[in-house]
Amino acid sequence: MSNNNLVSISDYSKEEILAILDSAAEFEACPNRKTLDGKVVATLFFEPSTRTRLSFETAVIRLGGSIIGFSDAATSSSAKGETLNDTIHMVGSYADVIVMRHPLEGAARYASEVSPVPIINAGDGANQHPSQTLLDLYSILKTQGTLENLTICLVGDLKYGRTVHSLIMAMSHFHPTFKFIAPDELKMPDEYKVFCNKHNIPFSEVSELTDNFNDADILYMTRVQKERFQDLMEYERVKNVYTLKNAMLENTKPNLRILHPLPRVTEIDSDVDSNEKAYYFQQAQNGLYVRQAIVSKVLNLNS
Amino acid sequence: MPTKELKVAALRNGTVIDHIPADKLYKVVSILHLDTCEHQITIGNNLDSSKVGKKGIIKISDRAFAEDETNKIALIAPNAKINIIRDFLVVEKRHLCLPAEIREIIQCTNPVCITNNQPVTTKFHVQDHDGHVVLKCHYCEREVTQENVKIK
Repeated sequence: MSNNNLVSISDYSKEEILAILDSAAEFEACPNRKTLDGKVVATLFFEPSTRTRLSFETAVIRLGGSIIGFSDAATSSSAKGETLNDTIHMVGSYADVIVMRHPLEGAARYASEVSPVPIINAGDGANQHPSQTLLDLYSILKTQGTLENLTICLVGDLKYGRTVHSLIMAMSHFHPTFKFIAPDELKMPDEYKVFCNKHNIPFSEVSELTDNFNDADILYMTRVQKERFQDLMEYERVKNVYTLKNAMLENTKPNLRILHPLPRVTEIDSDVDSNEKAYYFQQAQNGLYVRQAIVSKVLNLNS
Repeated sequence: MPTKELKVAALRNGTVIDHIPADKLYKVVSILHLDTCEHQITIGNNLDSSKVGKKGIIKISDRAFAEDETNKIALIAPNAKINIIRDFLVVEKRHLCLPAEIREIIQCTNPVCITNNQPVTTKFHVQDHDGHVVLKCHYCEREVTQENVKIK
């Protein structure tokens, strides 16, 4: 069994997180290398994900590695009823590392226990998606010059949004102040507020978006999904109230940057895209360098 | 020696599990895999108890249990009493305490957890949240309180 897995952001210490971010900066300066020459990376996507898969695959190809895998469980042996254990054993005998997305929660932890090669979790249901968290941190560091003492507003679906939950865990090393902006239906679950209290992280909660982020360094937007609402009238109301428009950014701090894990639907108006505070597309691009750093780390390759 | 009439015959050697709430008795049987145990077993249930109303009792002849086995009982019957008997005498009274990690016997409450969909043995970490026991699934990381725990 390999100990070099990345299943959950909590698997990494503060030092390991910072080392990944340092390494990502080096890859950004020089993304095309041959350090993965001769290595085979398997991308097993039991559930489709365009951005995450393409970004991992680009990361590997730019390092000179090769890719095997599938992007849809229907074309894999799991459609014939093969267990995850068997698939991982088989692929682990072909590839040097496995990048996996799976709809079942806990699938990545389990795979890491049975796999002969490192497992990188590219999302297990609503549970963990650590490469997203690391690219969020990298984007915050790059735009603010520091991770310390920042005010971060988390907006939208704070109840089911795994990216905001992981971000709270990861930022807990760096003395943040949080503001949770969400409709009542999608408020931050108590367990994360308990976590903040335990780690002496100040936070406040509001339900209106307008004028509530003028003190923020980072505005982290998430998608409000229709299927989370029992009352569709309420969804329509929330959807309109939680749309970020360019005019709302007028009184915000000059260093404010807007992040979003994407895909975006209606929560950020397209008139924001040209504002220099909009950072979500660069954020997605940063994912490439962070994933180069992650793949190199789990394979013990120096960047 | 007790003078009152015993509802369940006395044991010469073995283990007695007493003061099990009546509705938990068969769960205890299942947790300890007594359904496949070949030793002599006497089970009494719905006996009057001043402590728990109706109680159950299990006597297993000539068998000892490791502490991590009996500690699993703490999950559903924390006030059960374990007595180890030799020659009709209690030689050890064992207090139950929850182990740090519980395998197999708990079912995860999350329907999309890997353990509910593939042949994976469950594993839970026992955590203390301000005096409340919370069990966290090792795989999907979902937490469940002790009161809501689901025994397989």
